[in-house]
Amino acid sequence: MVDHQDTVCFRTMRLRPKIRHTLKAYRSVGGYVQWERILREKPSPETLIEEIKLSALRGRGGAGFPTGLKWSFMPRNKPGQKYIVCNSDEGEPGTCKDRDIMRYNPHQLIEGMAIAGYCIGATVGYNYIRGEFYEPIDRFEEALLEAYQAGLLGKDLQGSGIDFDLYTHLGAGAYICGEETALLESLEGKKGQPRFKPPFPAQAGLYGKPTTINNTESLASVPVILEKGGQWFLEQGRPNNGGPKLFSVTGHVNKPCNVEVPLGTPFRDLLALAGGVSGGRRLKAVIPGGSSVPVVPGEVMMETDMDYDSIAKAGSMLGSGAVIIMAEGTCMVKVLANLAHFYAHESCGQCTPCREGTGWLERVLERILHGQGRPSDLDLLDNVAGRIGGRTICALGDAAAMPVQSFLKHYRHEFEHLIEHGTPLVEAA
Amino acid sequence: MAEQISIEIDGRTCEAAAGEMIIAVADREGIPIPRFCYHEKLSIAANCRMCLVEAEAGGRPFPKPVPACATPVAEGMKVQTRSAKALDAQRGTMEFLLINHPLDCPICDQGGECELQDVSMGYGEDVSRFSERKRVVKDEDLGPLIATDMTRCIHCTRCVRFGAEIAGVRELGATGRGEDMRIGTYVESAVAHELSGNVIDLCPVGALTSKPYRFTARAWELTSEEGIAPHDAVGSNLYLHIRGEQVMRVHPRDNEPVNETWISDRDRFSYEGLSSDTRLTEPLRKRADGTWEALDWQAALHLTADVLRGSDPDQIGWLMAPNATLEEAYLAQRLLRGLGGRHIDTRLRRQDFRGDRADPAVPWLGLPIAELERQQAVLVVGSDIRQEQPLLAHRLRKAVLDDAAVSFLNPYELALTHPARQLTAPPGRLSVRLAAVARALSASAEGAAGSLISGAQPAEAETRLAEELRAAGEQGRGLVLLGALAEADPDYTLLKELAYLVADAAGCRLGFLPVAANSVGAALAGAAPHLGPGAQALEAPGLDALAMITEPRQTYVLWGLSPELDLFDPSRAREALAGAAQVIGCSAFRTPDLEAACDILLPIAAFAETSGTFVNAEGRWQRFQGAVPPAGDARPGWKVLRVLGNILELDGFHYSSGKQVHDELAALCAQTRGGGAQVCDGGTQPDNARRGDYGLKQPLPAPDGLMRVGNVPIYAGDQTVRAAPALQHTPLAEPLALHLHPDTAAGLGLADGDAAEVAQGERHTVVPVVIDDAVAPGAARVPAAVPGSGVLGPAMGPIAVAKADASQLAATQMLGGQPA
Repeated sequence: MVDHQDTVCFRTMRLRPKIRHTLKAYRSVGGYVQWERILREKPSPETLIEEIKLSALRGRGGAGFPTGLKWSFMPRNKPGQKYIVCNSDEGEPGTCKDRDIMRYNPHQLIEGMAIAGYCIGATVGYNYIRGEFYEPIDRFEEALLEAYQAGLLGKDLQGSGIDFDLYTHLGAGAYICGEETALLESLEGKKGQPRFKPPFPAQAGLYGKPTTINNTESLASVPVILEKGGQWFLEQGRPNNGGPKLFSVTGHVNKPCNVEVPLGTPFRDLLALAGGVSGGRRLKAVIPGGSSVPVVPGEVMMETDMDYDSIAKAGSMLGSGAVIIMAEGTCMVKVLANLAHFYAHESCGQCTPCREGTGWLERVLERILHGQGRPSDLDLLDNVAGRIGGRTICALGDAAAMPVQSFLKHYRHEFEHLIEHGTPLVEAA
Repeated sequence: MAEQISIEIDGRTCEAAAGEMIIAVADREGIPIPRFCYHEKLSIAANCRMCLVEAEAGGRPFPKPVPACATPVAEGMKVQTRSAKALDAQRGTMEFLLINHPLDCPICDQGGECELQDVSMGYGEDVSRFSERKRVVKDEDLGPLIATDMTRCIHCTRCVRFGAEIAGVRELGATGRGEDMRIGTYVESAVAHELSGNVIDLCPVGALTSKPYRFTARAWELTSEEGIAPHDAVGSNLYLHIRGEQVMRVHPRDNEPVNETWISDRDRFSYEGLSSDTRLTEPLRKRADGTWEALDWQAALHLTADVLRGSDPDQIGWLMAPNATLEEAYLAQRLLRGLGGRHIDTRLRRQDFRGDRADPAVPWLGLPIAELERQQAVLVVGSDIRQEQPLLAHRLRKAVLDDAAVSFLNPYELALTHPARQLTAPPGRLSVRLAAVARALSASAEGAAGSLISGAQPAEAETRLAEELRAAGEQGRGLVLLGALAEADPDYTLLKELAYLVADAAGCRLGFLPVAANSVGAALAGAAPHLGPGAQALEAPGLDALAMITEPRQTYVLWGLSPELDLFDPSRAREALAGAAQVIGCSAFRTPDLEAACDILLPIAAFAETSGTFVNAEGRWQRFQGAVPPAGDARPGWKVLRVLGNILELDGFHYSSGKQVHDELAALCAQTRGGGAQVCDGGTQPDNARRGDYGLKQPLPAPDGLMRVGNVPIYAGDQTVRAAPALQHTPLAEPLALHLHPDTAAGLGLADGDAAEVAQGERHTVVPVVIDDAVAPGAARVPAAVPGSGVLGPAMGPIAVAKADASQLAATQMLGGQPA
């Protein structure tokens, strides 16, 4: 785990649980110092963006796109309204880190959004929060009120002439609204469906205006990067993989948890932080970055470090940092059927391959699971998944296809056994 | 002009404009790329994924197949539409589209003309790999025009985008996610837009089909004939789909400068009127006891000729529908004038003809239709443009979407699908508000216009409108238009004069929205009391359409019209016709008012049954052929006139074809060019310059009571559309009712749903009250041309309103709109 003085998004975690989400508590760890400095000194946004670039902060929502680079795409000097949007629609199965930032450290997100707004020339921000997050929504709203009352948000802040207004918007439970352009559609009051790109949001985003969308954790990291410097942040992780990162470790572990650890931490250390595999069982498989990324066999994972580049080498992706642990005895057919159901349920329906294909995958897998599989089904599954992946507007198609292809690659024998014998090779754990 | 670049598609070098989409270049080059969601008139959705192709730019291949509809071309781009990778992507999409699609083409109405069926021939497999259960979707009732079979929907969203982008009304949308995504109306409701039928053409599959046509024929049984729509001044180009001797349905024929790729529902579904049981199918003579006797044509024509020959020519009044063909209009005036008569007119819904001498000979749109969408500011005076000219309204909407400022001055606010400034005033007072605009532009004049202008006090709306017009005028992109509600106004001439003053002061063009398919043609043909053929001004004009009624004639010819629904003052018309010695009705339909009025009925061919020419609003001569034989014994109107001319031994009636009639008039129009009739086939069009001063001394006195606004609802304007049942069942088909502004209604003690007696002079009826804050205070909107309206008087004129007993309303309605 990161030392107290080196925490970023969980900077207030060590404070008393009853008060750690308040403005006072946040101030006590150095909160809003950066925002007030900006209001006072008005540094050039370009230098701030350079600092973020130096930090090698990569998008924490899953894609891992460099945040500083994303900000630099904004036509910040172009006249007209621009927006900063925070994606707190945290819906990737296994992921629950952004929820805890809003529960325990909401002011740092507010400060991060305000700074981001300043950097990209946006005077209005929206935090799009997953609708099921009752407590985090309340906490964030309370924090907003505090920040407004303290003169940290609003118009002509502290006499600086700088405006920044921030609003909360609640999602309505669609996974796809975590895709940034579907989120914008939803924020505009329309059906959440991803937009075809180009144009990218930096050219035409919310209400057709230049917009930057960042993940909650990315934005909440910003105040600390500015406080301690991009170089410091970079050194917390590895080259090209700056900073600590929140990981949500779930599944067959003794102590499911959200932890902030430096990028590059060996997987086996992360597993130990979560108390090891439950029941003392052998590790069978890990989905290392949320349900959309390819599964990795346990033995490969035990030799891998937790950063973007290392996990890519292991054949998967760091994604949102949701680490799903599966112990020996887990029926991989059942796991995949469960995932396939999820993507069929969450496909927005606009692109043909995803709309039609995800349901097809789900039905074939259900059939196999119920002992009605056919030998030809496995090639069919692989082929259908291949006809979805890379052929849709957004990445949901890929997200639905990748688990199918990776499960068949690593655990094909379990599927074959079930088809041949009508019963699973391993009982579901 | 975009930079010209060069790309390669399937090894072929193609010129393209930078930024164009791959599919547009491929289409131009004739390289087929399958697609469903792409439509060149709609925004790009890129959701069907059928047009995936392999591409490389700058020597680097794209990692994934790209949608040709949404990928802009760049210099040196190489595109493979049929590489193994591209074909696999296309076949993959095809498979996905078909897994949940019912593969029962033989029982689908779209079978044989289905884009999915066609493309599946090239990209589908013989046998499906899908062995799960297929999706079934509940249908929606979208009203009488559009049939649904939503299980067939492939979610291309063309219909949704049409609503949002073209119609401007989000009537259809997608709900649900993934496989459960549904196209529908959110809450069940009939689609009520005047262009809604276009979604039938846009739908690539059998999900949205034509309800009236559905299951009546197969595509391969139909032959296709070209036609021109007969209802408004656009002259939309049509395909008439024929089986045997019947028009089975109507589709748009692309003509970018006229109707682009759209047609209005009126043009699409009015063909149903052709097979109405109200068609007049044989010549008839009224016996002394009022019953009808069938005649053969020979006898009927001789009888008609005898009547005409036996009448004092000055006692013949010839009233002609403005959608009669150019050939009919030309021959009719030749015949009448050949007999020495003078009274012929097609301007049936007008009361103020004081401007005839000063008007441009051929009032027309003033600019090509396509230029409407490029205007920067437009003032429309007196037009319910969506109802009158749906596709011109669409062009104006496009102008607004391109940041034009469009304003309306009307007796009631229009339901629009775009932002617009709407000024209202009751009939007779529109001129006051228009004068305020003129004042804001510092226009000045003598006489009535001058006194109105000098007395006007422009409010902010008029001032800003004036500024917009002036700014647009400086760019040569300003326009003032006069429509049918202005034309029916008691002070139309003054409105025209003020419109000219406004247009001149702001540097804008002035245009007219001709009411019907051949209003422009009728002027060119000389079917007007003040114009000869070639639109030459006549020294001694005859009586106009209203004067023929107010100064009753002994003999009338009614051509293609129903007197109680197509004339300005139905009650006076009824009296005049009843008092006449002889009334000859030439009509394709047999309506009760015609039967009551006429002594002889001659069945003439309807739309699609005759050859002819319509000259549209922009002066475009569009000639068409008869597509089907006329109903029963009916004959094309021009042939009836030709034979009558021969029987009457008039000179020069020995035409061998309709084309010959057309050519004769075209030659005349070419000659009279400079005489003001320059709107001619292929010729340059002059402006709508006045030929003189209107010379009005005084504005009409302000009405001291309520003024009736007798607008003509969209599906009431002519005989054919009134006989088309599906259109009559749409929400846009208005019943007879009294629409009042809430303040006006309160002053009269009337509430929504009450019964009210409306009276014009001695004529009165009982109608339901509709409270409608769109109506100008002081105006009483009681539509004209709808069933039951024939008992009333002038479409625009004083009207008295009193509360009536609800039982009277019930009695009126039971009698089909006739007075109790």
